[in-house]
Amino acid sequence: MGSTITEKILARAAKRDEVHAGDIIEAEVDLVLANDITAPLGIAEFDKAGFTRVFDPARIALVPDHFTPNKDIKAAGQAKKMREFARKHSIVNYFEVGRVGIEHVLLPDTGMVAPGDVVIGADSHTCTYGAVAAFSTGVGSTDFAAAMAWGHVWLRVPETFKFIYSGTPSPWVTGKDLMLHTIGEIGVDGALYQAMEFTGPAIEALSMDERFTMCNMAIEAGGKSGIVGFDEKTTAYLQSRPDGSRARTAGQVFASDRDAQYARVLDIDASAVQPTVSKPHLPSNTAAAADCGDVTIDQVVIGSCTNGRLHDLHQAAGILKGKKVHPDVRCIVLPGTQDVCLEAIADGTMQTFIEAGCAFSTPTCGACLGGHMGVLAEGERAVATTNRNFVGRMGHTGAEVYLASPYVAAASAIAGHIATPEEVGAVKGGSR
Amino acid sequence: MIFEGTVHKYGRDVDTDVIIPARYLNTNDPDELAKHAMEDIDADFVNRVRPGDIIVATENFGCGSSREHAPVAIRFSGVSCVVASSFARIFYRNAINTGLPIVVCPAAAADARMGDRLKVDLETGTVENLTQGRTYEAEAFPPFMQELIDRGGLLEYVKSRVGGESA
Repeated sequence: MGSTITEKILARAAKRDEVHAGDIIEAEVDLVLANDITAPLGIAEFDKAGFTRVFDPARIALVPDHFTPNKDIKAAGQAKKMREFARKHSIVNYFEVGRVGIEHVLLPDTGMVAPGDVVIGADSHTCTYGAVAAFSTGVGSTDFAAAMAWGHVWLRVPETFKFIYSGTPSPWVTGKDLMLHTIGEIGVDGALYQAMEFTGPAIEALSMDERFTMCNMAIEAGGKSGIVGFDEKTTAYLQSRPDGSRARTAGQVFASDRDAQYARVLDIDASAVQPTVSKPHLPSNTAAAADCGDVTIDQVVIGSCTNGRLHDLHQAAGILKGKKVHPDVRCIVLPGTQDVCLEAIADGTMQTFIEAGCAFSTPTCGACLGGHMGVLAEGERAVATTNRNFVGRMGHTGAEVYLASPYVAAASAIAGHIATPEEVGAVKGGSR
Repeated sequence: MIFEGTVHKYGRDVDTDVIIPARYLNTNDPDELAKHAMEDIDADFVNRVRPGDIIVATENFGCGSSREHAPVAIRFSGVSCVVASSFARIFYRNAINTGLPIVVCPAAAADARMGDRLKVDLETGTVENLTQGRTYEAEAFPPFMQELIDRGGLLEYVKSRVGGESA
Protein backbone atom coordinates (compact mmCIF):
# COMPACT_ATOMS: atom_id res chain seq x y z
CA MET A 1 0.00 0.00 0.00
CA GLY A 2 1.38 3.40 -0.95
CA SER A 3 1.68 6.39 1.37
CA THR A 4 0.60 10.00 1.25
CA ILE A 5 3.13 12.80 1.66
CA THR A 6 1.75 13.36 5.16
CA GLU A 7 2.22 9.71 6.14
CA LYS A 8 5.81 9.77 4.82
CA ILE A 9 6.71 12.91 6.79
CA LEU A 10 5.20 11.49 9.95
CA ALA A 11 6.96 8.13 9.45
CA ARG A 12 10.28 9.97 9.22
CA ALA A 13 9.56 11.95 12.37
CA ALA A 14 8.45 8.83 14.24
CA LYS A 15 11.54 6.92 13.02
CA ARG A 16 9.41 4.22 11.45
CA ASP A 17 9.54 2.66 7.99
CA GLU A 18 5.96 3.59 7.38
CA VAL A 19 2.87 4.80 9.20
CA HIS A 20 -0.72 4.87 8.08
CA ALA A 21 -3.89 6.76 8.88
CA GLY A 22 -5.16 5.92 12.34
CA ASP A 23 -1.76 5.00 13.83
CA ILE A 24 -0.83 6.78 17.05
CA ILE A 25 2.77 7.95 16.88
CA GLU A 26 5.28 9.93 18.89
CA ALA A 27 6.87 12.29 16.39
CA GLU A 28 10.02 14.32 16.87
CA VAL A 29 9.27 18.01 16.30
CA ASP A 30 11.51 20.28 14.25
CA LEU A 31 9.89 23.48 15.50
CA VAL A 32 7.53 24.35 18.35
CA LEU A 33 5.87 27.75 18.51
CA ALA A 34 3.48 29.84 20.54
CA ASN A 35 2.32 33.44 20.69
CA ASP A 36 1.59 36.02 23.38
CA ILE A 37 -1.90 34.58 24.02
CA THR A 38 -1.05 30.89 24.12
CA ALA A 39 2.52 30.92 25.46
CA PRO A 40 1.79 32.34 28.94
CA LEU A 41 -0.69 29.54 29.65
CA GLY A 42 1.81 26.98 28.31
CA ILE A 43 4.66 28.46 30.33
CA ALA A 44 2.52 28.22 33.48
CA GLU A 45 1.88 24.53 32.73
CA PHE A 46 5.57 23.92 31.95
CA ASP A 47 6.61 25.43 35.27
CA LYS A 48 3.79 23.75 37.23
CA ALA A 49 4.83 20.34 35.90
CA GLY A 50 8.31 21.01 37.28
CA PHE A 51 10.19 21.11 33.98
CA THR A 52 13.38 23.14 34.19
CA ARG A 53 14.87 22.76 30.71
CA VAL A 54 13.57 23.07 27.18
CA PHE A 55 14.53 20.32 24.74
CA ASP A 56 16.33 22.69 22.37
CA PRO A 57 16.37 26.50 22.67
CA ALA A 58 16.97 26.78 18.92
CA ARG A 59 13.86 24.84 17.93
CA ILE A 60 11.32 26.90 19.86
CA ALA A 61 9.80 30.09 18.47
CA LEU A 62 8.04 32.61 20.71
CA VAL A 63 6.20 35.22 18.69
CA PRO A 64 4.42 38.11 20.43
CA ASP A 65 2.11 39.05 17.57
CA HIS A 66 -1.49 39.00 18.83
CA PHE A 67 -1.91 41.81 21.34
CA THR A 68 1.35 43.62 20.53
CA PRO A 69 2.47 46.35 20.57
CA ASN A 70 0.90 45.80 24.01
CA LYS A 71 -2.76 46.76 23.76
CA ASP A 72 -3.47 47.11 27.48
CA ILE A 73 -1.92 46.51 30.88
CA LYS A 74 -2.99 42.88 31.20
CA ALA A 75 -1.72 42.08 27.71
CA ALA A 76 1.56 43.78 28.59
CA GLY A 77 1.84 41.45 31.57
CA GLN A 78 1.29 38.40 29.38
CA ALA A 79 3.90 39.58 26.85
CA LYS A 80 6.30 40.14 29.76
CA LYS A 81 5.87 36.55 30.99
CA MET A 82 6.79 35.30 27.55
CA ARG A 83 9.80 37.63 27.25
CA GLU A 84 11.10 36.58 30.67
CA PHE A 85 10.73 32.90 29.83
CA ALA A 86 12.57 33.45 26.54
CA ARG A 87 15.46 35.11 28.37
CA LYS A 88 15.59 32.50 31.14
CA HIS A 89 15.75 29.61 28.67
CA SER A 90 17.88 31.41 26.06
CA ILE A 91 15.22 30.90 23.41
CA VAL A 92 16.98 31.76 20.15
CA ASN A 93 13.85 32.64 18.18
CA TYR A 94 12.11 35.14 20.38
CA PHE A 95 11.06 38.09 18.24
CA GLU A 96 10.72 41.43 20.00
CA VAL A 97 8.35 44.18 18.87
CA GLY A 98 10.09 45.99 16.03
CA ARG A 99 11.44 42.71 14.67
CA VAL A 100 8.34 40.60 15.17
CA GLY A 101 5.89 39.73 12.42
CA ILE A 102 2.71 37.68 12.22
CA GLU A 103 3.95 34.21 13.17
CA HIS A 104 2.76 32.27 10.12
CA VAL A 105 4.27 34.79 7.72
CA LEU A 106 7.40 35.38 9.80
CA LEU A 107 8.55 31.81 10.46
CA PRO A 108 8.55 30.49 6.91
CA ASP A 109 9.83 33.81 5.53
CA THR A 110 12.83 33.77 7.89
CA GLY A 111 13.59 30.22 6.74
CA MET A 112 12.63 28.39 9.91
CA VAL A 113 10.62 25.68 8.16
CA ALA A 114 12.04 23.11 5.73
CA PRO A 115 10.22 20.54 3.59
CA GLY A 116 9.45 17.32 5.43
CA ASP A 117 9.54 19.08 8.82
CA VAL A 118 7.08 18.46 11.63
CA VAL A 119 5.95 21.71 13.23
CA ILE A 120 3.46 22.15 16.02
CA GLY A 121 2.25 25.50 17.23
CA ALA A 122 -0.08 26.80 19.89
CA ASP A 123 -2.05 28.64 17.25
CA SER A 124 -4.65 27.04 15.04
CA HIS A 125 -3.23 28.54 11.83
CA THR A 126 0.04 26.67 12.26
CA CYS A 127 -1.24 24.51 9.40
CA THR A 128 0.08 27.26 7.07
CA TYR A 129 3.52 25.65 6.56
CA GLY A 130 2.13 22.80 4.49
CA ALA A 131 2.81 25.19 1.61
CA VAL A 132 6.52 24.24 1.83
CA ALA A 133 5.67 20.51 1.89
CA ALA A 134 6.02 20.27 5.68
CA PHE A 135 3.55 18.77 8.17
CA SER A 136 2.35 21.43 10.56
CA THR A 137 -0.61 21.60 12.88
CA GLY A 138 -2.13 23.66 15.64
CA VAL A 139 -2.31 22.48 19.24
CA GLY A 140 -3.10 24.02 22.61
CA SER A 141 -0.88 25.47 25.30
CA THR A 142 -0.42 22.19 27.21
CA ASP A 143 0.72 20.36 24.07
CA PHE A 144 3.10 23.28 23.48
CA ALA A 145 4.43 22.97 27.04
CA ALA A 146 4.87 19.21 26.65
CA ALA A 147 6.70 19.59 23.34
CA MET A 148 9.02 22.23 24.81
CA ALA A 149 10.12 19.72 27.44
CA TRP A 150 9.97 16.54 25.39
CA GLY A 151 10.83 17.55 21.83
CA HIS A 152 8.09 15.22 20.67
CA VAL A 153 4.34 15.26 20.17
CA TRP A 154 1.86 12.42 20.09
CA LEU A 155 -0.22 12.43 16.96
CA ARG A 156 -2.86 10.31 15.35
CA VAL A 157 -1.80 9.94 11.73
CA PRO A 158 -4.60 11.67 9.83
CA GLU A 159 -6.53 10.35 6.90
CA THR A 160 -5.92 12.48 3.84
CA PHE A 161 -8.59 14.30 1.85
CA LYS A 162 -7.22 14.99 -1.63
CA PHE A 163 -8.39 17.98 -3.67
CA ILE A 164 -7.67 18.16 -7.39
CA TYR A 165 -8.06 21.63 -8.87
CA SER A 166 -8.28 21.57 -12.65
CA GLY A 167 -8.63 24.41 -15.11
CA THR A 168 -7.32 27.95 -15.13
CA PRO A 169 -8.87 30.39 -12.65
CA SER A 170 -10.17 33.67 -14.05
CA PRO A 171 -7.92 36.70 -13.42
CA TRP A 172 -9.50 37.92 -10.20
CA VAL A 173 -9.67 34.47 -8.62
CA THR A 174 -6.90 33.83 -6.09
CA GLY A 175 -5.86 31.01 -3.79
CA LYS A 176 -8.13 32.64 -1.20
CA ASP A 177 -11.15 32.29 -3.49
CA LEU A 178 -10.30 28.64 -4.22
CA MET A 179 -10.08 27.97 -0.49
CA LEU A 180 -13.28 29.82 0.48
CA HIS A 181 -15.05 28.00 -2.35
CA THR A 182 -13.67 24.67 -1.07
CA ILE A 183 -14.80 25.34 2.50
CA GLY A 184 -18.20 26.31 1.11
CA GLU A 185 -18.35 22.97 -0.70
CA ILE A 186 -17.35 20.71 2.22
CA GLY A 187 -18.34 22.73 5.31
CA VAL A 188 -16.47 23.86 8.40
CA ASP A 189 -16.05 20.26 9.55
CA GLY A 190 -15.78 18.79 6.05
CA ALA A 191 -12.17 17.73 6.63
CA LEU A 192 -12.40 17.12 10.39
CA TYR A 193 -9.20 15.45 11.73
CA GLN A 194 -7.89 15.09 8.14
CA ALA A 195 -4.88 16.28 6.16
CA MET A 196 -6.03 18.37 3.19
CA GLU A 197 -3.76 17.70 0.21
CA PHE A 198 -4.08 20.36 -2.48
CA THR A 199 -3.12 19.15 -5.96
CA GLY A 200 -3.76 19.75 -9.65
CA PRO A 201 -2.76 22.23 -12.35
CA ALA A 202 -4.46 25.21 -10.69
CA ILE A 203 -2.41 24.64 -7.51
CA GLU A 204 0.81 24.22 -9.49
CA ALA A 205 0.07 27.58 -11.12
CA LEU A 206 -0.45 29.38 -7.79
CA SER A 207 2.21 31.63 -6.28
CA MET A 208 3.80 30.44 -3.03
CA ASP A 209 2.00 33.23 -1.19
CA GLU A 210 -1.36 31.91 -2.38
CA ARG A 211 -0.40 28.36 -1.42
CA PHE A 212 0.32 29.64 2.09
CA THR A 213 -3.15 31.21 2.10
CA MET A 214 -4.81 27.92 1.18
CA CYS A 215 -2.91 25.82 3.73
CA ASN A 216 -3.53 28.52 6.36
CA MET A 217 -7.28 27.98 6.11
CA ALA A 218 -7.27 24.16 6.31
CA ILE A 219 -8.34 24.56 9.95
CA GLU A 220 -11.47 26.40 8.80
CA ALA A 221 -12.64 23.13 7.24
CA GLY A 222 -11.74 21.26 10.44
CA GLY A 223 -8.50 19.98 8.90
CA LYS A 224 -5.52 18.92 10.95
CA SER A 225 -3.15 20.14 8.27
CA GLY A 226 -3.00 21.38 4.71
CA ILE A 227 -0.23 20.48 2.29
CA VAL A 228 0.98 21.21 -1.23
CA GLY A 229 3.55 19.01 -2.97
CA PHE A 230 7.12 20.18 -3.54
CA ASP A 231 7.92 21.71 -6.95
CA GLU A 232 10.18 24.30 -8.57
CA LYS A 233 8.23 27.14 -6.94
CA THR A 234 8.90 25.62 -3.52
CA THR A 235 12.59 25.38 -4.40
CA ALA A 236 12.73 29.00 -5.56
CA TYR A 237 10.99 30.17 -2.37
CA LEU A 238 13.26 28.15 -0.08
CA GLN A 239 16.42 29.22 -1.89
CA SER A 240 15.54 32.88 -1.39
CA ARG A 241 15.41 32.48 2.41
CA PRO A 242 18.32 33.81 4.53
CA ASP A 243 21.75 32.17 4.20
CA GLY A 244 22.28 29.37 6.68
CA SER A 245 18.59 29.12 7.53
CA ARG A 246 16.89 25.76 7.96
CA ALA A 247 15.02 26.29 4.68
CA ARG A 248 18.37 26.51 2.87
CA THR A 249 20.22 23.78 4.69
CA ALA A 250 17.81 21.14 5.97
CA GLY A 251 14.71 19.22 5.04
CA GLN A 252 13.72 16.20 3.07
CA VAL A 253 11.41 16.10 0.08
CA PHE A 254 8.52 13.66 0.08
CA ALA A 255 5.71 13.05 -2.39
CA SER A 256 2.50 11.03 -2.27
CA ASP A 257 2.64 7.63 -3.96
CA ARG A 258 0.32 6.95 -6.88
CA ASP A 259 -1.34 4.19 -4.89
CA ALA A 260 -1.63 6.20 -1.66
CA GLN A 261 -4.88 5.71 0.22
CA TYR A 262 -7.21 8.68 0.45
CA ALA A 263 -10.28 9.02 2.64
CA ARG A 264 -11.89 11.12 -0.08
CA VAL A 265 -10.95 12.76 -3.37
CA LEU A 266 -12.75 15.86 -4.62
CA ASP A 267 -12.38 17.39 -8.08
CA ILE A 268 -12.86 21.13 -8.27
CA ASP A 269 -13.02 23.03 -11.55
CA ALA A 270 -11.01 26.15 -10.73
CA SER A 271 -12.13 27.87 -13.91
CA ALA A 272 -15.71 27.88 -12.58
CA VAL A 273 -14.80 29.51 -9.25
CA GLN A 274 -15.77 33.15 -8.97
CA PRO A 275 -14.37 35.80 -6.62
CA THR A 276 -15.88 34.42 -3.44
CA VAL A 277 -16.85 35.79 -0.04
CA SER A 278 -17.82 34.03 3.17
CA LYS A 279 -20.86 35.74 4.61
CA PRO A 280 -21.50 35.99 8.35
CA HIS A 281 -21.00 33.97 10.52
CA LEU A 282 -19.17 30.94 9.16
CA PRO A 283 -16.35 30.54 6.63
CA SER A 284 -18.50 27.93 4.85
CA ASN A 285 -21.31 30.42 4.22
CA THR A 286 -19.97 31.32 0.80
CA ALA A 287 -21.38 33.27 -2.14
CA ALA A 288 -20.00 34.89 -5.26
CA ALA A 289 -18.97 38.46 -4.46
CA ALA A 290 -20.93 39.58 -7.52
CA ASP A 291 -24.13 38.08 -6.08
CA CYS A 292 -24.00 39.83 -2.70
CA GLY A 293 -26.18 42.79 -3.69
CA ASP A 294 -25.78 46.12 -1.97
CA VAL A 295 -24.00 45.18 1.25
CA THR A 296 -22.60 48.43 2.63
CA ILE A 297 -19.49 48.27 4.80
CA ASP A 298 -17.75 50.29 7.49
CA GLN A 299 -14.31 48.71 7.51
CA VAL A 300 -11.91 46.74 5.34
CA VAL A 301 -8.98 44.76 6.72
CA ILE A 302 -6.25 43.70 4.31
CA GLY A 303 -3.51 41.46 5.67
CA SER A 304 -3.17 38.89 8.52
CA CYS A 305 -1.52 35.45 8.54
CA THR A 306 -3.91 34.52 5.74
CA ASN A 307 -3.27 37.37 3.29
CA GLY A 308 -0.48 39.54 4.72
CA ARG A 309 2.27 38.58 2.28
CA LEU A 310 3.77 40.86 -0.34
CA HIS A 311 1.89 39.24 -3.22
CA ASP A 312 -1.40 39.84 -1.34
CA LEU A 313 -0.54 43.50 -0.75
CA HIS A 314 0.37 43.88 -4.43
CA GLN A 315 -3.00 42.50 -5.44
CA ALA A 316 -4.85 44.93 -3.17
CA ALA A 317 -2.66 47.89 -4.10
CA GLY A 318 -3.17 47.15 -7.79
CA ILE A 319 -6.87 47.80 -7.30
CA LEU A 320 -6.40 50.84 -5.04
CA LYS A 321 -3.76 52.61 -7.14
CA GLY A 322 -4.94 56.07 -8.14
CA LYS A 323 -8.25 55.58 -6.33
CA LYS A 324 -9.61 56.57 -2.94
CA VAL A 325 -11.10 54.55 -0.13
CA HIS A 326 -14.83 55.33 0.13
CA PRO A 327 -15.50 58.23 2.55
CA ASP A 328 -17.55 55.97 4.85
CA VAL A 329 -14.94 53.19 5.00
CA ARG A 330 -11.90 52.67 7.22
CA CYS A 331 -9.35 50.54 5.38
CA ILE A 332 -6.64 48.99 7.59
CA VAL A 333 -3.61 47.16 6.20
CA LEU A 334 -1.95 44.54 8.46
CA PRO A 335 1.30 43.48 6.77
CA GLY A 336 2.83 40.13 7.72
CA THR A 337 6.35 41.15 8.70
CA GLN A 338 8.79 44.04 8.85
CA ASP A 339 10.41 42.67 5.68
CA VAL A 340 7.04 42.81 3.94
CA CYS A 341 6.80 46.45 5.12
CA LEU A 342 10.25 47.26 3.80
CA GLU A 343 9.49 45.74 0.43
CA ALA A 344 6.14 47.54 0.34
CA ILE A 345 7.99 50.81 0.98
CA ALA A 346 10.68 50.08 -1.61
CA ASP A 347 8.29 49.24 -4.43
CA GLY A 348 5.77 51.98 -3.68
CA THR A 349 3.01 49.70 -2.40
CA MET A 350 2.82 51.40 0.98
CA GLN A 351 2.57 54.79 -0.71
CA THR A 352 -0.30 53.51 -2.84
CA PHE A 353 -2.18 52.40 0.27
CA ILE A 354 -1.58 55.64 2.13
CA GLU A 355 -2.45 57.84 -0.84
CA ALA A 356 -5.68 55.88 -1.23
CA GLY A 357 -6.53 56.70 2.39
CA CYS A 358 -5.64 53.42 4.15
CA ALA A 359 -4.15 53.05 7.62
CA PHE A 360 -0.93 51.01 7.37
CA SER A 361 -0.25 49.15 10.62
CA THR A 362 2.82 47.56 12.13
CA PRO A 363 2.58 43.74 11.82
CA THR A 364 0.03 42.40 14.31
CA CYS A 365 -2.85 39.91 14.40
CA GLY A 366 -4.82 42.65 16.23
CA ALA A 367 -7.93 43.33 14.21
CA CYS A 368 -8.41 39.76 12.93
CA LEU A 369 -9.48 38.49 16.34
CA GLY A 370 -11.08 41.67 17.61
CA GLY A 371 -8.12 42.40 19.85
CA HIS A 372 -7.07 45.89 18.84
CA MET A 373 -6.16 47.96 15.76
CA GLY A 374 -9.63 47.84 14.24
CA VAL A 375 -12.31 46.50 16.60
CA LEU A 376 -15.88 46.68 15.23
CA ALA A 377 -18.80 48.38 17.00
CA GLU A 378 -22.33 47.00 17.24
CA GLY A 379 -24.03 47.02 13.85
CA GLU A 380 -20.83 47.56 11.89
CA ARG A 381 -19.82 45.44 8.94
CA ALA A 382 -16.37 44.59 7.60
CA VAL A 383 -14.81 42.92 4.61
CA ALA A 384 -11.59 41.22 5.67
CA THR A 385 -8.91 39.11 4.05
CA THR A 386 -8.63 37.24 7.37
CA ASN A 387 -9.77 33.70 8.12
CA ARG A 388 -12.76 33.68 10.48
CA ASN A 389 -16.09 35.47 10.59
CA PHE A 390 -17.62 33.94 13.71
CA VAL A 391 -20.03 35.94 15.89
CA GLY A 392 -17.96 38.56 17.75
CA ARG A 393 -14.74 37.62 15.96
CA MET A 394 -13.71 41.21 15.16
CA GLY A 395 -15.45 42.95 18.01
CA HIS A 396 -19.09 43.37 19.02
CA THR A 397 -21.35 40.32 18.69
CA GLY A 398 -23.66 42.54 16.67
CA ALA A 399 -20.96 43.19 14.04
CA GLU A 400 -20.55 41.25 10.79
CA VAL A 401 -17.48 40.05 8.91
CA TYR A 402 -17.30 39.01 5.27
CA LEU A 403 -14.15 37.09 4.34
CA ALA A 404 -12.67 37.82 0.92
CA SER A 405 -9.53 37.97 -1.22
CA PRO A 406 -7.27 41.05 -1.35
CA TYR A 407 -8.80 41.97 -4.73
CA VAL A 408 -12.37 41.92 -3.44
CA ALA A 409 -11.41 43.62 -0.17
CA ALA A 410 -9.67 46.47 -2.00
CA ALA A 411 -12.52 46.86 -4.50
CA SER A 412 -15.01 46.93 -1.63
CA ALA A 413 -12.97 49.60 0.17
CA ILE A 414 -13.33 51.86 -2.87
CA ALA A 415 -17.00 51.08 -3.53
CA GLY A 416 -18.16 51.26 0.10
CA HIS A 417 -20.00 47.98 -0.38
CA ILE A 418 -19.01 44.45 -1.34
CA ALA A 419 -17.70 44.77 -4.85
CA THR A 420 -15.71 42.95 -7.50
CA PRO A 421 -12.63 44.51 -9.09
CA GLU A 422 -14.56 45.01 -12.36
CA GLU A 423 -17.13 47.11 -10.54
CA VAL A 424 -14.48 49.67 -9.58
CA GLY A 425 -13.01 49.74 -13.06
CA ALA A 426 -10.02 47.46 -12.58
CA VAL A 427 -8.75 46.00 -15.84
CA LYS A 428 -8.86 42.23 -16.04
CA GLY A 429 -5.41 40.72 -15.75
CA GLY A 430 -3.92 44.15 -15.26
CA SER A 431 -2.32 43.58 -11.90
CA ARG A 432 -1.67 39.87 -11.83
CA MET B 1 -16.72 9.19 37.59
CA ILE B 2 -20.41 10.05 37.43
CA PHE B 3 -21.75 13.53 36.68
CA GLU B 4 -25.31 14.69 37.04
CA GLY B 5 -26.45 18.14 36.06
CA THR B 6 -28.72 20.41 34.10
CA VAL B 7 -28.24 20.66 30.36
CA HIS B 8 -27.18 23.86 28.62
CA LYS B 9 -27.95 22.99 25.01
CA TYR B 10 -26.37 24.50 21.89
CA GLY B 11 -26.30 23.65 18.19
CA ARG B 12 -23.49 22.88 15.78
CA ASP B 13 -20.17 24.67 15.18
CA VAL B 14 -19.94 26.33 18.60
CA ASP B 15 -16.61 28.11 18.07
CA THR B 16 -13.95 29.09 20.56
CA ASP B 17 -14.58 32.80 19.91
CA VAL B 18 -18.04 32.49 21.44
CA ILE B 19 -16.84 30.12 24.20
CA ILE B 20 -14.30 32.70 25.35
CA PRO B 21 -14.06 35.89 23.27
CA ALA B 22 -10.56 37.14 22.39
CA ARG B 23 -11.18 40.37 24.30
CA TYR B 24 -10.74 38.34 27.50
CA LEU B 25 -7.57 36.55 26.42
CA ASN B 26 -5.26 39.08 28.02
CA THR B 27 -5.16 36.79 31.06
CA ASN B 28 -4.79 33.08 31.77
CA ASP B 29 -6.37 33.25 35.23
CA PRO B 30 -8.95 30.41 35.15
CA ASP B 31 -11.46 32.14 37.45
CA GLU B 32 -11.27 35.33 35.42
CA LEU B 33 -11.81 33.37 32.18
CA ALA B 34 -14.73 31.47 33.76
CA LYS B 35 -16.61 34.73 34.35
CA HIS B 36 -16.94 35.07 30.57
CA ALA B 37 -17.56 31.45 29.56
CA MET B 38 -20.00 31.10 26.64
CA GLU B 39 -20.60 34.87 26.79
CA ASP B 40 -21.00 35.52 23.07
CA ILE B 41 -23.42 32.65 22.45
CA ASP B 42 -25.34 32.81 25.74
CA ALA B 43 -24.74 35.96 27.76
CA ASP B 44 -26.81 34.61 30.68
CA PHE B 45 -24.92 31.29 30.89
CA VAL B 46 -22.62 32.36 33.73
CA ASN B 47 -25.65 33.43 35.79
CA ARG B 48 -27.56 30.16 35.24
CA VAL B 49 -24.76 27.62 35.45
CA ARG B 50 -24.58 25.54 38.61
CA PRO B 51 -21.71 23.26 39.67
CA GLY B 52 -22.01 19.94 37.86
CA ASP B 53 -24.06 21.26 34.95
CA ILE B 54 -23.47 19.76 31.52
CA ILE B 55 -22.99 21.50 28.18
CA VAL B 56 -24.55 19.61 25.28
CA ALA B 57 -24.00 20.55 21.65
CA THR B 58 -24.19 18.87 18.26
CA GLU B 59 -21.41 18.70 15.63
CA ASN B 60 -17.96 20.31 15.66
CA PHE B 61 -17.98 21.74 19.19
CA GLY B 62 -14.98 24.01 19.85
CA CYS B 63 -14.07 24.79 16.25
CA GLY B 64 -11.77 27.68 15.46
CA SER B 65 -8.84 28.88 17.48
CA SER B 66 -6.41 26.72 19.47
CA ARG B 67 -6.99 28.75 22.64
CA GLU B 68 -6.85 26.39 25.59
CA HIS B 69 -8.58 29.15 27.50
CA ALA B 70 -11.83 27.71 26.06
CA PRO B 71 -11.92 24.37 27.92
CA VAL B 72 -10.41 26.12 30.96
CA ALA B 73 -13.21 28.72 31.00
CA ILE B 74 -15.85 25.99 30.70
CA ARG B 75 -14.34 23.82 33.44
CA PHE B 76 -13.91 26.68 35.91
CA SER B 77 -17.46 27.90 35.28
CA GLY B 78 -18.55 24.75 37.11
CA VAL B 79 -19.45 22.60 34.13
CA SER B 80 -18.71 18.93 34.84
CA CYS B 81 -18.51 17.69 31.27
CA VAL B 82 -19.38 18.44 27.65
CA VAL B 83 -21.42 16.01 25.56
CA ALA B 84 -21.37 16.57 21.80
CA SER B 85 -22.01 14.81 18.50
CA SER B 86 -18.41 15.63 17.53
CA PHE B 87 -15.57 17.88 18.64
CA ALA B 88 -13.15 20.00 16.62
CA ARG B 89 -9.74 18.35 16.91
CA ILE B 90 -7.71 20.97 18.76
CA PHE B 91 -10.50 21.45 21.32
CA TYR B 92 -10.64 17.67 21.78
CA ARG B 93 -6.90 17.54 22.56
CA ASN B 94 -7.10 20.60 24.78
CA ALA B 95 -10.04 19.25 26.79
CA ILE B 96 -8.18 16.05 27.58
CA ASN B 97 -4.97 17.93 28.33
CA THR B 98 -6.69 20.33 30.73
CA GLY B 99 -8.91 17.78 32.47
CA LEU B 100 -12.29 18.79 31.06
CA PRO B 101 -14.26 15.55 30.60
CA ILE B 102 -15.77 15.26 27.12
CA VAL B 103 -18.13 12.65 25.74
CA VAL B 104 -18.91 11.91 22.09
CA CYS B 105 -22.53 10.74 21.89
CA PRO B 106 -24.46 11.95 18.82
CA ALA B 107 -27.85 10.49 19.82
CA ALA B 108 -27.80 11.94 23.33
CA ALA B 109 -26.61 15.27 21.95
CA ALA B 110 -29.39 15.39 19.38
CA ASP B 111 -32.17 14.50 21.85
CA ALA B 112 -31.16 16.64 24.84
CA ARG B 113 -33.00 19.90 25.41
CA MET B 114 -32.11 22.99 27.39
CA GLY B 115 -32.91 22.32 31.05
CA ASP B 116 -33.02 18.49 30.87
CA ARG B 117 -31.28 16.58 33.67
CA LEU B 118 -28.44 14.42 32.38
CA LYS B 119 -26.34 11.74 34.08
CA VAL B 120 -23.01 10.82 32.53
CA ASP B 121 -21.03 7.78 33.70
CA LEU B 122 -17.50 7.96 32.33
CA GLU B 123 -16.64 4.42 33.52
CA THR B 124 -19.47 2.65 31.74
CA GLY B 125 -19.67 5.19 28.91
CA THR B 126 -23.38 5.76 29.35
CA VAL B 127 -25.35 8.96 29.08
CA GLU B 128 -28.76 8.97 30.72
CA ASN B 129 -31.33 11.67 30.06
CA LEU B 130 -33.24 11.62 33.35
CA THR B 131 -35.89 14.04 32.09
CA GLN B 132 -36.68 12.05 28.94
CA GLY B 133 -36.01 8.62 30.45
CA ARG B 134 -33.56 7.55 27.73
CA THR B 135 -30.13 5.95 27.98
CA TYR B 136 -27.36 6.13 25.38
CA GLU B 137 -23.96 4.52 24.75
CA ALA B 138 -21.13 7.02 24.34
CA GLU B 139 -18.18 6.43 22.03
CA ALA B 140 -15.17 4.99 23.85
CA PHE B 141 -11.90 6.92 23.82
CA PRO B 142 -9.14 5.40 21.67
CA PRO B 143 -6.83 3.34 23.97
CA PHE B 144 -3.99 5.87 23.84
CA MET B 145 -6.28 8.73 24.86
CA GLN B 146 -7.62 6.62 27.72
CA GLU B 147 -4.05 5.94 28.83
CA LEU B 148 -3.31 9.68 28.86
CA ILE B 149 -6.42 10.32 30.94
CA ASP B 150 -5.60 7.46 33.32
CA ARG B 151 -2.05 8.74 33.82
CA GLY B 152 -3.39 12.14 34.89
CA GLY B 153 -2.97 14.05 31.65
CA LEU B 154 -0.35 14.78 29.03
CA LEU B 155 2.21 16.47 31.25
CA GLU B 156 2.28 13.55 33.69
CA TYR B 157 2.81 11.26 30.70
CA VAL B 158 5.62 13.46 29.36
CA LYS B 159 7.25 13.63 32.79
CA SER B 160 7.51 9.85 32.75
CA ARG B 161 9.06 10.03 29.26
CA VAL B 162 11.70 12.69 29.82
CA GLY B 163 12.53 11.40 33.33
CA GLY B 164 15.16 13.27 35.34
CA GLU B 165 16.78 14.78 32.28
CA SER B 166 14.53 17.80 32.02
CA ALA B 167 11.99 17.38 34.79
